[in-house]
Amino acid sequence: MLEVRELTKSFDGFIAVSRVSFDVPKGGVSAIIGPNGAGKTTLFNLITGHLRADTGRVVLNGRDVTGVPPHELCRIGVGRSFQRTNIFAKLTVYENVQAAFLSHRGRGWNVFASVRDLYRDETMSLLESLGLASRAGEIAGFLSHGAQKQLELGLALALEPDILLLDEPTAGMSATETRETIRLIDRVARERGLTLLFTEHDMEVVFSIAQKVTVLHQGRVIADGSPAQVRADAEVRRVYLGERQ
Amino acid sequence: MASARSYTVKRFPWPLLVLLAALFVPALGSRFYTFLANDIIIWALFATSLNLLVGYTGLVSFGHAAYFGIGAYTTGILMKRAALPFLLAFPAAAVLAGAFALVFGTFCVRLTRIYFAMLTLAFAQIVWAICFKWNEVTGGEQGMPEVPYPDLAWMGSLPVLRDLRTSDHFYLLTVLLVALCLWILHRIVRSPFGRMLTTIRENAERAEFIGVHVRRYELAAFVLAGAFAGLAGGLFGIFNRGVFPDFAYWTKSSEVLIMTLLGGMGTFWGPSVGALALILLNQQIVSYTEYWPFVLGIILVVLLFGFPGGLAGAAELLGRRLSRPRRA
Repeated sequence: MLEVRELTKSFDGFIAVSRVSFDVPKGGVSAIIGPNGAGKTTLFNLITGHLRADTGRVVLNGRDVTGVPPHELCRIGVGRSFQRTNIFAKLTVYENVQAAFLSHRGRGWNVFASVRDLYRDETMSLLESLGLASRAGEIAGFLSHGAQKQLELGLALALEPDILLLDEPTAGMSATETRETIRLIDRVARERGLTLLFTEHDMEVVFSIAQKVTVLHQGRVIADGSPAQVRADAEVRRVYLGERQ
Repeated sequence: MASARSYTVKRFPWPLLVLLAALFVPALGSRFYTFLANDIIIWALFATSLNLLVGYTGLVSFGHAAYFGIGAYTTGILMKRAALPFLLAFPAAAVLAGAFALVFGTFCVRLTRIYFAMLTLAFAQIVWAICFKWNEVTGGEQGMPEVPYPDLAWMGSLPVLRDLRTSDHFYLLTVLLVALCLWILHRIVRSPFGRMLTTIRENAERAEFIGVHVRRYELAAFVLAGAFAGLAGGLFGIFNRGVFPDFAYWTKSSEVLIMTLLGGMGTFWGPSVGALALILLNQQIVSYTEYWPFVLGIILVVLLFGFPGGLAGAAELLGRRLSRPRRA
C-alpha cells in the first residue's frame, strides 16, 4: 500500500530523519513509535508533502508520490490528522465537515449555488458515526479537546481516504478520552476497510490495536515488525521501553 | 419566543428596505444629500470588495486602491477619449482591473501575511506612479477632468423621474448597479467557493489537506475583489466628474481598509456600514474641528479594543444581549 524508501531530511545540519524505510500493508493498522523528538512528525510531514525530503521516495499503490503537494495527495486517497488539533475553529462542526466534502467532491469552484444544504446528508451521517451529530451547530473551536480531535478525524474521513495517517491521535487526552478515541478509530477503520498509520507515544494504545510497529529513535528505524517482535527487541527495550521503567 | 423573534428579525428583508430607502434619497430634493449618498454607496461597494479578501479569505491588502484607480481610469478614458457608451465602458473597468489583479495577484499570493500586504502596496504604488506620469493617456498629475455622465435620457422620459437632475439620474443608476454587485458578492460568499475561502482564512494548512489548492483560491478571490473594486472606481470617476492619480494612492487603500475594520470585517454588510459611518462622521466632525484624523484615530482605537467585530459586530452583540433576557 504505502512504501517509504530511504527518506532523509535535515534542518540546518541536524538530521531529523535518516534513511528511513518501512512498509504499510494494505488494510492493516500500523504504528510508528518513538520518544519525543525521534522524528515522527517530520516523517509524517515528508510523507504528506508538507516538507520536501532531501533524498528518498514515498510510493503509494505503486505510484511515486514523493513531493506531491498536500491538496493533490488527499485527492488520491491519503487522509491525515495533525498532532496539534487542526480544525476550522470559527466555523461550526457541520461547516467543518461539509467543507471537506465540498472540496473533495470538486464543488469548491461553484460560485453561485447556495452552500447551506449541499452534502447535508453525507455530513450528518458522518457526524453521526463520530458521535458529533447532536453538536453539529456548535462552533468547532468551543468543543472539548477530545471532541475537536474527533472532528478532525471527521475532516479526514470526508475525503474518503484509502489510507489514513494520524499524528498522535490521543495527544493531550485524558485516559477515558484516549480509550474512547482508540475504540472509535478502530471501529471506523474496520467499517471502512481503511489502512491506518499512526504515531503514538502511549505504548498501551499502540499494542492494543496495531498489527505492525515501527520504532524510530533519533531519526533512524531501530525496529520494525509485529508488536511481539518489537517488544522483544533488545535495542528497543534499551532506548525506549527502558526509559519508562 | 426569542428565537422566533430573532428569526423574524433575520428574515426581514433588510437589504431590500435599504435599497428602497436609497432610491428615495433624490426625492428629498437636496443636492447635498444625494451627493453624500452617492459617495457612500460607491465606497460601500469598494469596501465590500476588499472584504472578500480581508474578511473572507484572511488576506490583508494594503493596495486595493490600485484596482479602484484602474477601473476609474478605464471607464473615464473610454467614455471621454473614445466616447464609448457607459454600457461598454463600465464592464471594461471590471475586466481591466481584474486582469491587473490577476497579474499582480499571481505574485502576491506566493507570499504570506505582512509580505503579502507589502507587495500589494508596492504594486499599488507602481499603478499610482504610472497614472501620475503617463501624461498622454492618464493626463498625469492634472488627472482627467470632465468625464461625461452616461446617457440617461431614457430615465428622464420616465414619468416620476422627469423632474430630477442628471446627477440624480446617475445616482439612481449607481444605486441599482451597486445593489446588483452586492447581490452577486453576497451569493459568492454564500457559495461553496466562499466556504472554501473561509477555510483558508481559518486554517490554510488544514484547508490544503482537505484538498483546497490554497494559492489558486486566493488568486481567484484577489481577481474578484479587484474586478469589483474596478467597478466601484468606474462609478466613482463619473461621480467625481474626473479621474485623478490619487484614486490609486496608498491613502485611498488605507481609507477603504479603515472602513472595512470600522464596519466589521466579520460580516457581509459590515464594510457598507463602515463606509456609511466613516463618510458621515467625516462630514460632521470636519464641520466642528480641523482635527478630523485625530478624532478618527480615537474612534478606531476604541473600536479595535472594545469591539473587534466593528460596528456590525457590536450591533450583533447588542441584539443578542437584548434578546437574551426574554429567553429566561
